[in-house]
Amino acid sequence: MENVLTALQMVGSPQVLLVMMFSAAFGLFVGAVPGLTATMATALLVPITFFLPPVPAVAAMVTATAMAIFAGDIPGALVRIPGTPASAAYTDESYAMTRNGQAQTALGIGLVFSAIGGLFGTAVLIVGAPALAEVALNFSSFEYFWLVLLGLTCAVFITSDRPLKGIITLLLGLLLGSVGLENPAAHPRFTFDSTDLLAGLSLIPAMIGLFAVSEILRFAVRPQELAQVKAQVGSVFKGMGTLMRRYKTQTLRGSVLGTAIGALPGAGADIAAWMSFALSRKLSREPEKFGTGHPEGLVEAGAANNSALAGAWIPALVFGIPGDSITAIVIGVLYMKNMNPGPTIFIDSPQNIYAVFIVFILANLLMIPFGWLCIKAASRLLRVPRTILMPVILMFCIVGAFAINNSQFDVLLLIGFGLLGWFLEEHGFPVAPAILGMLLGTMLEEHFIRSMIKAEGDWMAFVQRPIAAGLAIFTIGVWVWSAWYGWHVRRRSTTL
Amino acid sequence: MRVSDTLIGSVLLLLSLAVLWHIQSFPDFPGQQHGPALFPGVVAGALALASLELIRTGLRSRAPLLQLAGTNLYSLVPFATTVAGLFFYYLLSDRLGFIVCALIVLSALMWSFGVRRSLVLPVAFVSTMIIHTGFFKFLKVPLPWGLLQPVAW
Repeated sequence: MENVLTALQMVGSPQVLLVMMFSAAFGLFVGAVPGLTATMATALLVPITFFLPPVPAVAAMVTATAMAIFAGDIPGALVRIPGTPASAAYTDESYAMTRNGQAQTALGIGLVFSAIGGLFGTAVLIVGAPALAEVALNFSSFEYFWLVLLGLTCAVFITSDRPLKGIITLLLGLLLGSVGLENPAAHPRFTFDSTDLLAGLSLIPAMIGLFAVSEILRFAVRPQELAQVKAQVGSVFKGMGTLMRRYKTQTLRGSVLGTAIGALPGAGADIAAWMSFALSRKLSREPEKFGTGHPEGLVEAGAANNSALAGAWIPALVFGIPGDSITAIVIGVLYMKNMNPGPTIFIDSPQNIYAVFIVFILANLLMIPFGWLCIKAASRLLRVPRTILMPVILMFCIVGAFAINNSQFDVLLLIGFGLLGWFLEEHGFPVAPAILGMLLGTMLEEHFIRSMIKAEGDWMAFVQRPIAAGLAIFTIGVWVWSAWYGWHVRRRSTTL
Repeated sequence: MRVSDTLIGSVLLLLSLAVLWHIQSFPDFPGQQHGPALFPGVVAGALALASLELIRTGLRSRAPLLQLAGTNLYSLVPFATTVAGLFFYYLLSDRLGFIVCALIVLSALMWSFGVRRSLVLPVAFVSTMIIHTGFFKFLKVPLPWGLLQPVAW
């Protein structure tokens, strides 16, 4: 108990609180600018953490990332350009709400349910860290293979009204993701002797191109259409209570899924958001409303991506194995500050761990006032005419794409993907599955090849382990069910 | 402008066949049957099947291969300016430097989008300086100086 009190004292110090304020502002800015991601925010904070004692250092990182993941929703809702990959899963939905004059509600959902999801994930972290880490450790390449395949299947679900075109963009994304050296055989694929292509097609410039640049190109062709967004009504928090009551199952489901996926090493907020949104649509009682500006999916996925952040700390703290790219960086910082992650951390310096837990809770609570301020500021930004806003955003995108790897080639990627994204969307091809394909393609292949090597070519090995078998049955079941459902619907519409 | 599904499907089919042909040259994984050609092969195969289906639905809808009617020539200007601006930046930012390039691109874009003439240059200037300060000073991104190298800060 005295450890908890010591921890409270450590967190309550003015230095920690000041650091959290600045990190919150920093995280909100980075998250809201398309092209700057939460991982980047963490990486950029590392040099600053050199000069901070352990607790403020960790507090800075936790706060910045929590804010960044939420802030990615803001440009997504207001101008249909997601600030972070995690928000890309439901950008269309939140933008549809903005078109209906409900931007404040959409952002309020992002804010409130992110905080709820984050708090839930933190609670799980505090209570169940060791137990969950046990399960996570049992995941081998076989389980991961099925999990990633399930994630890809979800990409098709999100576009269930145009499945063929969604599948095509997904396949394109998978193909584009296989460019480069990053495959188990380390054979340079589709590089055509270009050094730039050896590392593959960088995901962030591709994402900015597909979403942001294509949106700007769309605006360039039809500037007057976008100006017809209805006047915005309502306050950010209005209606949240009703939504909380109506969608409590969805909130819980999103938080649980998010925490679970975050706890798996290598799967983070991005995948959690996608899977959660797809699941929400599939299990919803009003699936036809998705795409018209329906809050249900936003509630679930918003909770999922913030709870994934907390979940990612479970293997990180208990085993020193990063749950996502953000915790990978944080583990480095922990080592630097002599807070070596692992089971001993609970014994050697428990007050540090309790301080981390308290910081998590504080960060998620801080999100509400800070996020509200950010939404207000961003909405004001929306009143700037699009004709001025769009070129400035384009400039941000160009520099953002360049800044990832300090590479001019990434700017070329930005242009290429921008044109591709514009063309695809003009012809009814959803762009979102392409990003997921690029994200998950390498993972899928790696786990498949690794499993085949381990199994020495024996296909049955994919379903021999219990968790793998369970995931396999679930994934294949989902395919069979949606194929049957699609055929059933088509048959019904032709006989009517 | 609309390209028909049939045409898109045909292009995708050609792409997948090209991929399938190209991966024949990939070496095998020593000791394993499944090498670097497997994954792109499966994906390209699936893409080929999907493109065939797309061609089929395209043919069934009987839409013209390429529809140009209804294209407003006026709307082409902002679009072309945007694309040109992007390429301009990519090709010349090292030579001219970020600040000069950004000023030119931002001004050109705002001009073609129809922003009030008196606002174009001031907004372009302010935005360029904000972006430059933010990324160069705070985030330490090495934006090229180009022509402004002698006065670099």
